[in-house]
Amino acid sequence: MTGDETLLEDLLAGEHRALARVISKIENRAPGHRELVSALYAHAGDADVIGVTGSPGAGKSTLVDKLAETYRERGETVGVIAIDPSSPFTGGAVLGDRIRMASTVGDMDVFVRSMSARGTLGGLSTATADAVKAMDAFGKDKIIIETVGAGQNEIDIVRTADTVAVLVPPGSGDDIQTLKAGILEIGDVFVVNKADRDGADRTVQELREMIHLGEGSGFGSGHHGADEITDHHPDWDGPDETDGDTAEVAADWSPPIVETVATTATGIDDLIDEFTAHQTYLVDSGTHAAMARQRYAEEIRTLLREDVHAILEDELDRVGGIDDLADAVRAGETDPYTIADELLEPVEACVSELGTDSAGTE
Amino acid sequence: MSSEQQGESIRCLVAKVGLDGHDRGAHVIARAFRDAGFEVIYSGLHRAPDEIVQAAVQEDVDVLGISILSGAHDTLVPKIMSGLEEYGAKDDTLVLVGGVVPEEDRENLKAEGVSAIFGPGTSIEETIEFVRENAPER
Repeated sequence: MTGDETLLEDLLAGEHRALARVISKIENRAPGHRELVSALYAHAGDADVIGVTGSPGAGKSTLVDKLAETYRERGETVGVIAIDPSSPFTGGAVLGDRIRMASTVGDMDVFVRSMSARGTLGGLSTATADAVKAMDAFGKDKIIIETVGAGQNEIDIVRTADTVAVLVPPGSGDDIQTLKAGILEIGDVFVVNKADRDGADRTVQELREMIHLGEGSGFGSGHHGADEITDHHPDWDGPDETDGDTAEVAADWSPPIVETVATTATGIDDLIDEFTAHQTYLVDSGTHAAMARQRYAEEIRTLLREDVHAILEDELDRVGGIDDLADAVRAGETDPYTIADELLEPVEACVSELGTDSAGTE
Repeated sequence: MSSEQQGESIRCLVAKVGLDGHDRGAHVIARAFRDAGFEVIYSGLHRAPDEIVQAAVQEDVDVLGISILSGAHDTLVPKIMSGLEEYGAKDDTLVLVGGVVPEEDRENLKAEGVSAIFGPGTSIEETIEFVRENAPER
C-alpha cells in the first residue's frame, strides 16, 4: 500500500493527524494530491457547508466559534476552515482566527484549520473546496468556511458553500453601500452582529429595504438558478408533480436578517434555524441540485485549465523559456499574439485531428 | 512571486502557554516570521498545553515555537511534548522555546525533544535562519 493510500485509510478511520496531513497536501498541491482528492469524492457529500463572510472586524471568528459550540451541544461534529490574507510580497501570513475560537478548545470534534491565500489563479478556491471534501469525507456534519470579506476572491470561495451568511456590523456606511454590487449579493442570510450597539436598528432597516428592492428582480431570490434537474441529496423526496405552484413558491428565497451578539451567543439559535430553513429550501426547490451541477462544472473547468496550463509551461520550456520570447518582443522582432498563435498551432492541430478521427469512426 | 505560487510554505505555530501574560515578544516573532514568508498561526495568550497540541496537530505545522517568560517551562513543555507524541506529531515537528530559560534547565528541555532554546538577546535573523535550515522535510 502506498503512503497516500494509508493516509486516506487513516483519514476515513477518523485520525485527526491524517486529516491535517491531507489538507496540507491539498494546500501544497503536493504530488499525489489529485489522486487523494479524487478518492475523497466517493466518501463526501453528507456535510452541510456554511460560508461566513463580512468586512474585517465584523465579528466573524467569534460568531463561528459560537456556531461551532452550539452545533456541538446538539451533538454534531464541526469542521472550520478559516481563511486569512497572505502577503503579496513575501507570501507570508499571520493566521489569527484561532484565537477567537476558544469555546470549543480541547474538543477535537471541532477541527479548525487556518488557510492563507497562498495560491492565486483560482488556487485558493480550489484548495478550499478540496479541503471541504476532506473534512466531509472525514465525517464532519457541519463545515463552516470563514473568509475575509474584502474582495472578489472571497466571493469565489463562498461559492463552495451551500449557505452563505454575510455579517453586517451596525453603522457600516449609509444606505448607498447596501446598493453597491459585491458581497451583499451573495448573502442567503444576513447577520447584523454586534446588535447591542447603536445603529443596529437602522442597519437592519437598510438591509430590509435592499432585500425588498431585490425581490422580483431575481436578486436575492433563487439567484443560484433553480431548475428541474434531479437531486441526489438524501433529504429530497422527488419532484412535486401534483402541484406546479408549490414549486414556484419554493423557488423563492428571501434572505432573512438575524440580529446576533456573538460575544454572548445571543441570536445564535435563530441563526442556526435560518441555516436549516435555507438548506431545506435548497433541497425542496431543486436549487441544491442546480448548485451542485454548477459547482462540479466549475471544478472540471478549473482542473482542465490547470492541466492545459502545465502543458503550455512544458511547451514554453521546450522552446527555450519565456524570457527569450519576451526579449524578442522587446526587440521589436515579433509580438505576443504571433508567439501565442505559433506555440498553440501544434496543440490546435492535434486536437482538431482527434476531432476528425472520432467523426470518422461514427 | 510568480502568478501561481505553489508548493510548500513553512507553517509555524507561535504559542503562548500558561499564565504568563506578556506577548510582545511573540508578536514580534510572528511578524518577523510572516515577513520571512512563513505562515504563522498565533495561539493567543494563556493557552493550556492541550490547546497547543490540538492547534499544532490540526494545523499540521512544521514548527512549534513556544514562548515562555514565567519560568513554568519545566512543567508545561514536557506536557506539550507528550501530547504531540500521542498524535504521532512529535518526531516531525521542530519545537523551539523562546523566553527566559535558565542555563541549568536547558538540557532537560532538549532531552524532552526541544531542538533549540532562544534566550533574551537572540537576533530575529538567527531564529529565522535556524527555522529555514531545520524545518522538517516531509
